[in-house]
Amino acid sequence: MLADPACGGYAAFEGWVRDSNEGQRVRGLEYEAFEALGVREGERIIAAALARFGVAHAACVHRIGALQVGELAVWVGVSAAHRDEAFRACRYIIDEVKHRLPIWKKEHYLSGDSGWVNCERCASAPNRDSTDGAVDHPHVHEHI
Amino acid sequence: MSSEESNAAAPLLGLVLAGGRSTRMRADKAALLYGGRSQLERAMELISPHVERAYVSVRADQSADPLRARFPQISDARENLGPIAGLLAAQARHPEAAWLLLACDLPLLDGATLTQLVRSRAPERLATAYRSSHDGLPEPLCAIWEPRSAAPLAAYVAGGRQCPRRFLVGADTQLLDEPNPHALENINTPEEYRSAMTALLPEATTDPKHITVQYYALLREQAGRRDEALVTSARTPGELYAELSRRYPFSLGPEMLRVAINTEFRDWSAPLADGDAVVFIPPVAGG
Repeated sequence: MLADPACGGYAAFEGWVRDSNEGQRVRGLEYEAFEALGVREGERIIAAALARFGVAHAACVHRIGALQVGELAVWVGVSAAHRDEAFRACRYIIDEVKHRLPIWKKEHYLSGDSGWVNCERCASAPNRDSTDGAVDHPHVHEHI
Repeated sequence: MSSEESNAAAPLLGLVLAGGRSTRMRADKAALLYGGRSQLERAMELISPHVERAYVSVRADQSADPLRARFPQISDARENLGPIAGLLAAQARHPEAAWLLLACDLPLLDGATLTQLVRSRAPERLATAYRSSHDGLPEPLCAIWEPRSAAPLAAYVAGGRQCPRRFLVGADTQLLDEPNPHALENINTPEEYRSAMTALLPEATTDPKHITVQYYALLREQAGRRDEALVTSARTPGELYAELSRRYPFSLGPEMLRVAINTEFRDWSAPLADGDAVVFIPPVAGG
């Protein structure tokens, strides 16, 4: 799907379930999606990445359902002639996916509590997860 | 010349019947509003281009009613005769004229129906009327009554009868097919009034719609269900969410949500249509 003799670079991103968020110990996650619209919107993101960065191929998979700490939640892969556009397109896709796809995440804590991210404890700041959280927002469950 | 004059059609006057008692409607049918205008005003506007002068037929005790007082009136001379009383009074006032008689409970009547009636008029007969699309009988209350109908009509009433439809069945009547099968549907009940309003205002979508709603994440938990089919008069997703918020303890205001209709993101003010599938989208948290 991504392999191509014309491509000299492949960049991938994996998002994993982390064991803590905002000071709470996380036991596991539960993802829920409005799949029909999510797939449609995801295809638009991929098409925009291809057009914008001139990469050869791009793909993304997001899991739904219950996930344990350490499991893979989302994957993005991009192949291109050169590494620079592959990195940039990969970054663009994961940012857009987090921002636009109708996917929701419920965290289950070791304390027994649980909550929908961005909907409950963070209800006063609906956009806090809208940019790439890897650096600025430590509660996002990913590692590069 | 003289023979041509004698064959010329009698002048056509208009008579809108607004003297009914509207018993089943429990409201004056002439005063019912469609798009903010009373049915009497609408009927007078429709009939006026087709006649030399238009009158409102009223009962004697209605002549001071403000709605009716705006128009030239002809008062019934006899009581409890139904619509035929108005026609008799008009024929007595202007025996030389033909009368375009129009009921005041035909909200779907259109100009094309009146135009065809007037164009197809047969002045040599007693009357020109449409054949009902329901029962094939003449429609006497959207019809042209020639001056020559006055004498037989008076005799008919003197014989103790008062049904204008039966009179036309037995009379020399020119019958036409309706150009618009709904134009002559009369309304007698509040339900019929509502459906007429809906038919007249297809863009006013407060009429009940079948909508399916899917709930996700926090909204699913707060609604206690994944989806439901409901009938709503909400015009927009915004109105629908307000309606649902009265039933469910939603903690998220609309400013926190996005909305999708039929699997596409849409505005909160997008019009809802029958059969739409609506999803309210809480703040997302993919990745």
